[in-house]
Amino acid sequence: MLRIDYVYGLIGAFLLFTAWRNLRDRQYPRAAFWLLLGVLFAGGDFVLAQQKIGHALPAQFAGCMVIALALLAPFLRRQSHPETVSASARLASALRLGHQLFVPALLIPLVTLLIALFGEHLFIGGSALFAKPQMTLTGLALACMVALFAAAHVARASLHVGLAEGRRLLDAIGWAALLPLLLAALGEVFTQSGVGTAIAALSGAILPEGNAFMCLLVFALGMVLFTVIMGNAFAAFPVMMAGIGLPLLIQRYGANPAILGSMGMLCGYCGTLLTPMAADYNLVPAALLELRNPYGVIRAQAWSAVGIFIVTFVTMWLLVFH
Amino acid sequence: MNYWPLLGVVVIVIGFALRFNAIPVVVCAALVSGLLAGLHPLDLLALLGRSFVSSRVLLLFVLTLPAIGLLEHAGLREHAQQWMGRLRGLTLARLLIGYLLVREGLAMLGLTGVAGAAQTVRPLLAPMAEAAAEKIHPHLSDTDRDEVRAVAAATDNIGRFFGEDVFIALGAVLLIQGFYAQHGIELTPLSIALWALPTAIAAFGIQSLRIWLFQRRLVRRARAA
Repeated sequence: MLRIDYVYGLIGAFLLFTAWRNLRDRQYPRAAFWLLLGVLFAGGDFVLAQQKIGHALPAQFAGCMVIALALLAPFLRRQSHPETVSASARLASALRLGHQLFVPALLIPLVTLLIALFGEHLFIGGSALFAKPQMTLTGLALACMVALFAAAHVARASLHVGLAEGRRLLDAIGWAALLPLLLAALGEVFTQSGVGTAIAALSGAILPEGNAFMCLLVFALGMVLFTVIMGNAFAAFPVMMAGIGLPLLIQRYGANPAILGSMGMLCGYCGTLLTPMAADYNLVPAALLELRNPYGVIRAQAWSAVGIFIVTFVTMWLLVFH
Repeated sequence: MNYWPLLGVVVIVIGFALRFNAIPVVVCAALVSGLLAGLHPLDLLALLGRSFVSSRVLLLFVLTLPAIGLLEHAGLREHAQQWMGRLRGLTLARLLIGYLLVREGLAMLGLTGVAGAAQTVRPLLAPMAEAAAEKIHPHLSDTDRDEVRAVAAATDNIGRFFGEDVFIALGAVLLIQGFYAQHGIELTPLSIALWALPTAIAAFGIQSLRIWLFQRRLVRRARAA
């Protein structure tokens, strides 16, 4: 059965390959960075399993490795490696191969889509081929492998070229690749440290009494602000709901829970578009597209976020109290 | 109420504002918040390590890199650009709005993982968008080129975010339902998902309008140049 755990192993192997290639190029901080990350990926399931049976030592060790990664990150300059082939050679290859080049690229979304739709009906020898949890993501990993083989076939190149080019791209992204994971961990620490309840208490303290509109506005802006801080609307929702949504808007002013919940969450999503804390949507794409401004994607979507927030808030205000 | 853990948020704001390397800033913020909340240092280390490895799935996109890298090595981006140049009717705005429609539609069906910055934007959408922009303005400046790419990534994000909430079996709807269930309010997922529809439509309209305005801006710049 294909499980997401194997995918982590695969990512770990690719990270270790990147570390090894950097070591050969005498890029020591970079090699150490990817090595540590690769070990964390490969050993992650062991850490979680030990934690479950009450052994905290591997998790503490993993925490130390995370701090070591943070100390190494400033030494990774985001210099991309020189292109391995000239632009004219690429253009000649493009003219020769034509639309064939699209096939492997389209295989990534296509295979993922097919596995997402039909994966649960696939059986081998009586047992399901894909484990249910995170099936789409396991499918995406499989799709990447299929696409790599297809690409090697189309371009008549060896798989090694793919790995070397993949490493080049990963080095170009650099430490930005790590941010989504670190911010998820930070969100967890913030939650455990009571940052959420402290913010809810503060926003409750500035709340004007007896005005349903102002209360709704503080709720909606609170969702945005809290999402900007935490990088994730899911973390903001329970806090703002418990602080303002449930006791005031629903129980005192009679707001419709379904509308308040759904549209309140969407206000938070507008915050996600605005914050570097949502690194996987905002900073990693900027690095992937090699933008010179790391906040370029946020800048491109900021006014859309403001517009969508205004429409959502006004709609919510018109509907929620009826 | 212990307000001291909020200093972690202050660390983040200052660190990002001064454009320090984000990785140490984030780790510092976690340590500051955790220690000020009175967590034992060893427990804090374990919490940091455990939550880090629990979110490993966020690095899944790196698996696309070998395939994408190999295709780019063989000229994928050049081909996408050439092909766009031959498609006369396909303007920048039509390309991006069409992508937005497909992306939001797929997300509404719960298929968020099939597209994304690594899977579709870098190898396909961004080079095609650049080629479409070059049809407007043959000598695209580096700043304009970056902006075209950024708009492509923004379109991908917006399509995903505001489509996903309409689907009943995804995180957001289930989280809302679960929160209410804990507090004694029973709602069906469908009744929650339905109210995401107005915003989904508005998001499509607003982003389409902004794409069209961006194209018009490029046309003006081309005329001025």
